[in-house]
Amino acid sequence: MSGTKIKELVVVSGKGGTGKTSLTASFAVLAGHAVIADCDVDAADLHLILVPQVRYRHEFKSGHEAVIRVENCLGCGECMKNCRFDAVRTSGDGTGVPVFSIDPVSCEGCGVCVCFCPAHAIDFPERVCGEWMVSETRCGSMVHARLGVAAENSGKLVSTVRREARRIAEEHGNGLIIVDGPPGIGCPVISSVTGASLVLAVTEPTVSGEHDLERLIALTRHFSVPTAVCVNKWDINPGMTEVIERKALEAGARVVGRIRYDSAVTAAQLRELAVVETEAPSAGDIRHVWEKLKGKENC
Amino acid sequence: MIIAVASGKGGTGKTTVSVNMARVYGSRVQILDCDVEEPNSHLFLKGTLLEREVSSIPVPMVDESRCNACGKCGGFCQYHAIVSLGTTTLVFPELCHGCGGCAKVCPAGAIREEGRRIGVIETLETDNVTLIQGRLDVGVALAPPLIRSVKSRLQGGLPAILDAPPGTSCPVIAAIRGSDLVALVTEPTPFGLHDLKLAVDMVKELGIPFGVVINRVGIGDDRVHMFCGERKIPVLLEIPDDRRIAEAYSRGELVVDALPEYRSRFATLLWNIKEFWSNGRGVNNVRDEN
Amino acid sequence: MKIAFTTSGETLDSPLDGRFGRAQRFLVYDLEKDYYEVVDNRRSVNAAQGAGIQAAETVVRTGVGGIVTGHCGPKAFRALCAAGITIYSCGEPTVASALEAFKAGRLQAMDSADVEGHWV
Repeated sequence: MSGTKIKELVVVSGKGGTGKTSLTASFAVLAGHAVIADCDVDAADLHLILVPQVRYRHEFKSGHEAVIRVENCLGCGECMKNCRFDAVRTSGDGTGVPVFSIDPVSCEGCGVCVCFCPAHAIDFPERVCGEWMVSETRCGSMVHARLGVAAENSGKLVSTVRREARRIAEEHGNGLIIVDGPPGIGCPVISSVTGASLVLAVTEPTVSGEHDLERLIALTRHFSVPTAVCVNKWDINPGMTEVIERKALEAGARVVGRIRYDSAVTAAQLRELAVVETEAPSAGDIRHVWEKLKGKENC
Repeated sequence: MIIAVASGKGGTGKTTVSVNMARVYGSRVQILDCDVEEPNSHLFLKGTLLEREVSSIPVPMVDESRCNACGKCGGFCQYHAIVSLGTTTLVFPELCHGCGGCAKVCPAGAIREEGRRIGVIETLETDNVTLIQGRLDVGVALAPPLIRSVKSRLQGGLPAILDAPPGTSCPVIAAIRGSDLVALVTEPTPFGLHDLKLAVDMVKELGIPFGVVINRVGIGDDRVHMFCGERKIPVLLEIPDDRRIAEAYSRGELVVDALPEYRSRFATLLWNIKEFWSNGRGVNNVRDEN
Repeated sequence: MKIAFTTSGETLDSPLDGRFGRAQRFLVYDLEKDYYEVVDNRRSVNAAQGAGIQAAETVVRTGVGGIVTGHCGPKAFRALCAAGITIYSCGEPTVASALEAFKAGRLQAMDSADVEGHWV
């Protein structure tokens, strides 16, 4: 296969709010010329720090949705009987023939109602779910996206963003892609970690953080992706920090450092700066984590 | 009455608000933890396990003796969960959404459905709170079916608090639809404001009345307050930035137990919610006077 | 017999694509008649999930007996095996060099998927 081996670092957290995005912004600054991918497509925030200049926008389509042509609808209710997702709504005043419609928010685009409508009165257009963008930032090219409100979050948009970031990295000869991953352990996270060179799980020293990290590491092990762990705001509970680090090691992950709780993080965010671009006390901790990551990632 | 607690951004304090509200409810209340990917309520409401049930979705099973590999099932399936190749038909249950379409279209009647495990639903009880939570099996991609199952366990006649997953996409919708009111939890930072706006759009799309809870007041600026004021969104509660809250949370302790001075705040939140809901008008915005 | 090669291009000099499911195209080479045609795989590239399965369906329709690619995930592997197609793993840079390697008998048939599945 042609091309240099591109490394991909994916930053995830399991639990939301651990500081994953703030940290990713700092890594982007420290890396200097990485391609950045914001895969937290449901609630993307990285752009608030990196301030991308959008170069290209692309519509994002995924799956289909069922739409009833009211003028052809017989009011038989067959669609409602067949729908497993409670997406068929009926309106009308109770007299005469009821009017049926599909709730786009509930519709999963399975096509059953479309196929079995006796009047063939249901259309099945492709669904526009959002958009993805290719932009320039002070740290390099960035691929990011916006998922439409109430859209289906299958992981396809995440995959699209990652694929595009890889294409740009190959084109420009970048050796590194840094990905801001989504929270949780479902579809979107699976799409963001499979095939990564290294996953960094950012957690916090709380019972929630510990619980969610365990599930996240189980996921990355399931997909055979090397995993590193770092505890953010560690001094909120040093005892818990130690417990988490020990458990991470037992689970086969590597511990790459700790970052202290620091009110200057929000101050940096307000100034649209990454923490390492300020004199914040935690900046040194972040640099240390980055150095450890570089050493371990064959980066 | 069903109160949903949601947020655009993760980590703003949904679970903190849900479990502490439940604790000060005053009468029997149920809390449904719909954050099935990372359920946390049980860490704070330590209860006795009453029931654990395996949750499953129907996936196709092909009867080889009847199947002639005509391919109609694969042609129908939107998710590539079933496909005819050569002389056999393969099922990929992890991709299946459980729509039942393949079984319906099969001309040979060769497909029946059987349950595929996606997670568990646990019912726990502590003091005045019944906790019903879903826990998605690691590696299972689809959360909404389990979330719908959790909600089907809602006990009629008992007030309910629903802890939603973070974000604004399909799992959140599955969780909060049908609620009487949504409390959106945010923090006064640029990330918090940005994601709050997305969450407001989502809740408006669903047509559910909503208010905002601002957590960790003092860490950022007042743009979230201004946003709520401009849009006439009621601020149902403010929680100040208090390191002791973070520390109690880190230990798995309820704020109202560790710091009893906060009991009145969460009681006020409940009062505000009930006022807002029964009168259908905004409450006086709660401002942190301290 | 016909053999398919995963590729991003349209000629024998095109790079061999390391992925099966999301490869842009398949170059289908007829070993007896010594010519080839290129089959588009965009349906798979665009699939939200199950790209490997869709790609397997596309490949089966071309009537090949084997496929040469870099890596193959578990769903695609299962689908191709069910259809009786042999999968060969190959690190060659171009379709032409991969074809050479195949003809010379240097390629190993895969007996299992060698990468984890994606939702990619």
